[in-house]
Amino acid sequence: MDRPLSHSSFLPPLFSSAPHPLSPPHSVPHPSAAPSVNAAERPARWSPYQDNGGTVVALAGRDYAIVAADTRFSVSFSIPTREFTKITQLTDRVVLASAGMGADRQYLHKMLHTRLAMYRHQHQRDMSLPAAAQMLSNTLYSRRFFPIYAFNVLGGIDSATGEGFVYGYDAIGSHEQLKVVCSGSGQAIVQPVLDQQFSGRQRYSVPDAERAPSLTLEQATALVRDAFASATERDIHTGDALEMWQITAAGVRQTRYELRKD
Amino acid sequence: MSSSSSSSKGGNGGGFNFDHHLRNQWITACLQGNADASTTDPVPNYARHARKTGTTIAGVQYVGGVVLGADTRATEDTVVADKNCEKIHYLASNMYCCGAGTAADTEATTRLIASQLELHRQAVGRARVPVVAAVNMLKRHLFRYQGYVSAALVLGGVDEWHGPSLYTIYPHGSVDQLPYVSMGSGSLAAMAVFEAGWREQLSEADARQLVYEAITAGIENDLGSGSNVDLCVIKDGGRTVEYLRGYAQEQVRTYRKPDGYAFPKGTTAVLAEDFRKYVQVRKVVSDL
Repeated sequence: MDRPLSHSSFLPPLFSSAPHPLSPPHSVPHPSAAPSVNAAERPARWSPYQDNGGTVVALAGRDYAIVAADTRFSVSFSIPTREFTKITQLTDRVVLASAGMGADRQYLHKMLHTRLAMYRHQHQRDMSLPAAAQMLSNTLYSRRFFPIYAFNVLGGIDSATGEGFVYGYDAIGSHEQLKVVCSGSGQAIVQPVLDQQFSGRQRYSVPDAERAPSLTLEQATALVRDAFASATERDIHTGDALEMWQITAAGVRQTRYELRKD
Repeated sequence: MSSSSSSSKGGNGGGFNFDHHLRNQWITACLQGNADASTTDPVPNYARHARKTGTTIAGVQYVGGVVLGADTRATEDTVVADKNCEKIHYLASNMYCCGAGTAADTEATTRLIASQLELHRQAVGRARVPVVAAVNMLKRHLFRYQGYVSAALVLGGVDEWHGPSLYTIYPHGSVDQLPYVSMGSGSLAAMAVFEAGWREQLSEADARQLVYEAITAGIENDLGSGSNVDLCVIKDGGRTVEYLRGYAQEQVRTYRKPDGYAFPKGTTAVLAEDFRKYVQVRKVVSDL
């Protein structure tokens, strides 16, 4: 192969604008060549995917986790609904938020609830946080070559220690346990701020041992509210309202805050 | 006359010059990813980086004048580039013009025509220039550039020949003259309000309220539009203009962290320090 292998070489042609590695070489349009039919004149190909925007955040502290998302559902430049929840509660200690495509999100959440019910019936107990995290990955990877267009963040507390953890995913199941993660249309705006504020990165004077400051639940709540207010200021697909789930040993608490509607 | 001969004669023989047609097609193909990236140079997609005023602009005629309105959001793709930009541009003392499309095009075009209108006014030696003169200049400019100057305009003005008048000018140079108009990505939301609420012989107060509601519909329902409502009322035979910047400011940030953000000293690493007590300043005399 004359071209170096890159990540995109492994993606099916659906997800890459570059020609498929196995397709015949394209003829090269040149200024002197006769005008060829360009993409603007070809009928647009139907796509099974749609981006319905929205931002999701999950962050964890010593004894809590927060999962938050806005409620805007957008298609291109319009808002079909301002009240579309992106969050679902999986167990008493685990909550999931998904950005991406609305239909795929609903399908995925339904699928997960079915599998959780089957697990409960078989084992007579709820799935643990790491088990739910792995199951989500398996579910996503089962659709490796026709992926579910959802970008997930999972948050919860460890059933034994009560410590909070979150997990971040890509669309096909690659995941990682983290303390703070963000996904969706406002990711580029929110993630750097959360990294700095929550993980204490970029503060070179801070000794490594003190890198991760422990925010209280109240501090973390204020940070998330501020992050969503900021994302709404600058990202056109984020807004309308913020849904926040706080997960502690006492249980889960859901709160709603208004955001800009423009 | 063939396209190549027009350029070899200096391009003054009239008609169009198609010298760049094939080149532009090739660039378009590159931008759309049809050209093989391994053998062609990547061409930056300037068009996509340009600041657009994904916009709601509108205007209504009433018995004594015209009311123009605009939102104040400017976007670059899905990011809000400016939360309070000005989209109602000055053309002449009796004419203002709302612009939708590429911000640079609407600003440059209205400034160019504003200058030509003032020169024309001085040449004819009158207090005001008719609105149709501006319409002609704008449409000829846009038609000449075949839609590549992407400016969609709502032009309103009052003159002593035709009284209040309202026009839309499309990027390719076509013109409508109507009693109520809207343009931009939020034009459907705005026009829905007009079709529901417009009637003949509106009063100034009703016209203002109608335009305000139309722009608000765009701000709330079109993601390309947002922030505030600007209004501009031209009346009294073109002698009076009320430019109402920030007429309505209803979309505001809902929350701000009470304790803000503090960055302790050392947040950015200090690698070295070097203090100088003073710097000598010497006067250099050139022998040129």
